[in-house]
Amino acid sequence: MATLANPVEMAAEVKGRFGAYGGRYVPETLMAALEELEEAYERADADPAFHAELDGLLHHYCGRPTAMYFAKRLTEQLGGAQIWLKREDLLHTGAHKINNALGQGLLARRMGKQRIIAETGAGQHGVATATVCALLGLECVIYMGEEDMRRQELNVYRMRLLGAEVREVSAGSATLKDAINEAMRDWVTNVRTTCYILGSALGAHPYPTMVRNFHRVIGREAREQMLEQAGRLPDVIVACVGGGSNAIGAFYEFLPDASVRLIGVEAGGRGSGLGEHAARFQKVGGGLPGVLQGTYSYVLQDEAGQVSGTHSVSAGLDYASVGPEHAMLHDSGRAEYVSCSDEEALQATVALSRTEGIVPALETAHAVAEAMRIAPGMGKDEIVLVNLSGRGDKDMGILARELHLGGAPAENKGTSAPEESL
Amino acid sequence: MPIVFKSKPGLVAYVTAGDPNLETTRAIALAAIDAGADVIELGVPFSDPLADGPVIQRASERAVARGTRLTDVLALAKELRAARPACGLVIFSYLNPVVRMGLAKFCAAAKDAGADGVLLTDMIVEEAAEYLAAMEANDLAPIFLAAPTSPERRLQAIGRASKGFVYAISRVGITGTQDTIAGDAKELVARLRAVTDLPVAVGFGISNATHVRAVGEFADAAIVGSALVALIEKTSPADAPRVVGEFIQGLRAGTSA
Repeated sequence: MATLANPVEMAAEVKGRFGAYGGRYVPETLMAALEELEEAYERADADPAFHAELDGLLHHYCGRPTAMYFAKRLTEQLGGAQIWLKREDLLHTGAHKINNALGQGLLARRMGKQRIIAETGAGQHGVATATVCALLGLECVIYMGEEDMRRQELNVYRMRLLGAEVREVSAGSATLKDAINEAMRDWVTNVRTTCYILGSALGAHPYPTMVRNFHRVIGREAREQMLEQAGRLPDVIVACVGGGSNAIGAFYEFLPDASVRLIGVEAGGRGSGLGEHAARFQKVGGGLPGVLQGTYSYVLQDEAGQVSGTHSVSAGLDYASVGPEHAMLHDSGRAEYVSCSDEEALQATVALSRTEGIVPALETAHAVAEAMRIAPGMGKDEIVLVNLSGRGDKDMGILARELHLGGAPAENKGTSAPEESL
Repeated sequence: MPIVFKSKPGLVAYVTAGDPNLETTRAIALAAIDAGADVIELGVPFSDPLADGPVIQRASERAVARGTRLTDVLALAKELRAARPACGLVIFSYLNPVVRMGLAKFCAAAKDAGADGVLLTDMIVEEAAEYLAAMEANDLAPIFLAAPTSPERRLQAIGRASKGFVYAISRVGITGTQDTIAGDAKELVARLRAVTDLPVAVGFGISNATHVRAVGEFADAAIVGSALVALIEKTSPADAPRVVGEFIQGLRAGTSA
């Protein structure tokens, strides 16, 4: 097929390419806003005062730097590589998402925009954005799929408590993709007064670059902490990939470290057929290059170019496309992408909860599952670093149902040696 | 063949292909042409129409659910061209179905189908080099959107890259009907006149003869989309061609056609 990668006449003005991927594919009405955002971001990024305010809030308000924790009991159980956890789950609002929401929120205030819109899947970006809007005194509207509102109900309540209006999206599969469509329609309509705080390293330039840069702090801290606490770099970094913001934030500072394997974990859902998973990089039944919601990347689609439905137990990974920088890292081989099933993620949630007293978000549990899969085959002096991107409080409804926490005898799978299926 | 607006103002009719089914779309398009539409925009239904309002979203969803594909729309275009050799014919699509087919293959197929031009909703001029080359090679007119928010520099680039006509979006927002045509439209057309000699067609929110007359005072053509699609939605497939034909004639009321 044709790529969209060729340099063009106005090439000097086209930024935001990651190899062949990325770019800007949006209705013309949004172009002025994207150009305004790009210019404002570049000015802010070059302004020490902007970074001083952001870093101050990340420290005093959000709790950065986050801890680097050696998961001793889980490591012993697995009997192989050491498992270390970068504790983004300890951040204010319970996930890495606040790094980016705070950065973009401060940027919106600098731009004089009083109205903020955002999409959310698992609700973590919505909560982070609602939090930042409360902090900065901005109006906040969050678009969320009907299905996601149902399965991440607690986060809906949090957003409303924080003063945000949560708008239900019932189109399509009523999940993250549909919420982004609706947020973009709002933005096209209210572009003169509204700033769109996109929650993952997706969408048209400058979003993938900007969102990654706001999350780079994860990898920057992790690299220093590993050197200080373990005396060396990790052998493997594992992170879950929906849009891919926590993963790109964790990976980015390690890209030049050739000895560090980078593994992104996608949602394997309940099967390998189209519509049963969200594993865009899966070899058979996976995604193909295409354009969705402003960017050129891998997209789960049929042969006629209609975007396909997805399934994952985790709302945050349940998305048909993936950030364009991951598409580049996939093609170049610098990062590897694997998937874990719903069941593996659920079992990893139990395991981490019961060995370490840490309840991961279902999204994050996909990364934990992959770490549990590879660690036993590695040496005891090797290190697997998991980016523990979020905590699982929001998933209690799903966990209660799936793991029979409502009174049936508790299953004790997590405290014994991991089963072969893991 | 070149796109010409015979009447003043010209009339462009958008239909979502495959809603309610391809045979009805064919009959509707023929009726619209016979009732005085200069150009038919054949909309390729897409799973994620993020620039469209509820009316075209629903039409797109129905057509996708029926399995309407880009290849079907091109086949339909070929039938329309054979039946009405002189009408203007534009393929209107989101980018992804076209990318999946391949830009070069799509442009050749569109040419073979007898299309005059192509409009890709989410293709902007800066990203269009490969697309423009394929369009040029097939002597097809690339039509770009111009928005009230587009700064001068962008309007110039849009004027340079477009052929056939420039599609001026009457207001910021998604597709859908409205009561009056915003002042945005007149101002945008004036700004476009300063940078291009191409005809300018105004679309988004045009739903009645008053709107068409108003647009005719400052632009070369009016584009009717959601109003037509909404009419098709509430009319039985058997009646739709006749009802659409009468609607198009009604839009002409009071114009010089």
